[in-house]
Amino acid sequence: MSNVFIAFQSNEDSRPLVDAIVADNPEAQVVYSPGLVKIDAPGRLVIKRETIEEQIGRPYDLQQLHINLVTLSGNIDEDDDQFTLSWKH
Amino acid sequence: MDKRVEKNKHTLHDLYAAMTHDLHWETTYQPMDKVFPHDRYEGIKVHDWEKWQDPFRLTSDAYWKFQGEKEKRLYAVVDAFAQNNGQLGVSDGRYVNLLKLFIQAITPNEYYAHRSFAQVGRSLRGDALRIATQMKSADELRHFQNQTHAISNFNKYFNGMHHAPQWFDHAWYLSVSKSFAEDAFSAGPFERLIGLSFGFDDLLTRPLFASLMSAVAHNGDLSAVSVGFTAQSDTSRHMTMGQEAVKFLLQQDAANLTIIQRWIDKWFWRSYRLMTFAAMMQDYMVPKRMMSWKEGWDMFVQKPGEALFAELAQLGLRKPKGWEQACDGKHHISHQAWNAYYGFGHTLAFHTWVPEIAELDWLSQKYPDSFDRWYRPRLEHYAQLHAAGQRLNNQSVPMQCQTCQFPLIFTEQGSGRWTAYRETQHAGETFHFCSDHCEEIFSNEPEKYSQANLASHQILQGQCYNAGVQENTAGFDRQAAVLDFCQIVQGHDNGDFKNSEDALNFENWGAGQDPQEAQL
Repeated sequence: MSNVFIAFQSNEDSRPLVDAIVADNPEAQVVYSPGLVKIDAPGRLVIKRETIEEQIGRPYDLQQLHINLVTLSGNIDEDDDQFTLSWKH
Repeated sequence: MDKRVEKNKHTLHDLYAAMTHDLHWETTYQPMDKVFPHDRYEGIKVHDWEKWQDPFRLTSDAYWKFQGEKEKRLYAVVDAFAQNNGQLGVSDGRYVNLLKLFIQAITPNEYYAHRSFAQVGRSLRGDALRIATQMKSADELRHFQNQTHAISNFNKYFNGMHHAPQWFDHAWYLSVSKSFAEDAFSAGPFERLIGLSFGFDDLLTRPLFASLMSAVAHNGDLSAVSVGFTAQSDTSRHMTMGQEAVKFLLQQDAANLTIIQRWIDKWFWRSYRLMTFAAMMQDYMVPKRMMSWKEGWDMFVQKPGEALFAELAQLGLRKPKGWEQACDGKHHISHQAWNAYYGFGHTLAFHTWVPEIAELDWLSQKYPDSFDRWYRPRLEHYAQLHAAGQRLNNQSVPMQCQTCQFPLIFTEQGSGRWTAYRETQHAGETFHFCSDHCEEIFSNEPEKYSQANLASHQILQGQCYNAGVQENTAGFDRQAAVLDFCQIVQGHDNGDFKNSEDALNFENWGAGQDPQEAQL
């Protein structure tokens, strides 16, 4: 099975995103390099608005992840509540 | 007070449909084919444009809101960096040469991409896709502006940046980049969409804008890394658009497969060649090393690419023809390029140098299968020549590949020894190439590529001198005359880094990081 991944600028804004992803994706692996945080997961990775809101204690618009996004890999699906990366193969 | 304000009642999907597909109308004053005259001639067939959707569901209002937010944050960093004399805090004076090559070779391509995608946005009759391409056009202009703004701070203190647009048009080594941009700009709208958003953005931009930018952060340039990372956030949308376009077109009509495959073969290969500059930057131009080009390739090209093509195989697509050769090239191309540009160092608008011994050791360790055997001995030889007052200065005019316009410096697949060289005839002339793949690109469209402007030919034809300059006169120096024509200032922009004005200034200003203290 191939990995999907998503990478963000490593800053205080993206920290709760990373924490939410780790909470909702048990097989996710987080790697830090200067300025960058990259999260790999086998086959599927989901980011949930509700989990982020629990982390930050205020409402969150999932599209805000564009601000700190750097790159990603996988088929994307987004709605109001979650953002998913996945492969079918 | 804490009453939660209801967001608008439409879901993201509803809003997206309302602000993209639902804006469509069939023209009545003029027929649709007259309003959109350019989206049939490439042979691509589309039956239902509503099947293309942006997975991000990004609408214009959200686009401007988030782009505005990104710009506010970015320029806070760029301005603070300038106000704090951040250029004094980069690792080493040699690093600035990465920025010079960036503004000379990459930044002008951003502007071309902006123009290209404005045209794509006008040409295609699918509304949702048109909106996404218009966003890409605005994004690429943003990248051109961001890079220019950030690097303009360094231009106040260092050479090699002041005439980047003129150098892009005339300097021999930058025609690699210019011919890439013009190849796309003279292609049809679907080819640009697939070639640039998928072939380039989705397959090959990550090592330039993710791993290289992380190395830039490691070298203390907070301004450039912020520009690079925020650019790649936009490119994440572009690669998604390209990926969706490939799937969409393959599902729309079986006739599209052959065309799409050929474009992917071509643009993967042209993009791979262009990324040779990124390879050179990663292995030679970030003095404080982090990750090798080979490691960046594995992480950001090979693995995600294998996954992507395993996925697209379900739609009949195979990997690009040059895939294996490009993956083999990860052991070689950065070294081959640096070796070549070092020898032509007097003809470039940036400095070159032989790496320090500790840096050569790092390269030996990162490239166990190639560096010590093929490349280290050459670099050590150049260092000896330089120490003996005979710094290598290649006076010849290199033969360029007719398609990618690189000098013929690449070796056969699986070999560090044999220079790869191909030729073919067309209309009574012989044309020369660096590889089978560049030769095939030519042979698929010989009328186009036989008309390419090659700097090496122009120089030898005497077209690259200022008015009044005559060959065959006493004291004529062709290299100097061509540099004058290109407006590269000799002794300032070109030559070895050692004893350059930049090097002396950097030291006098007390700039740079202590290598001992700077360890992470």
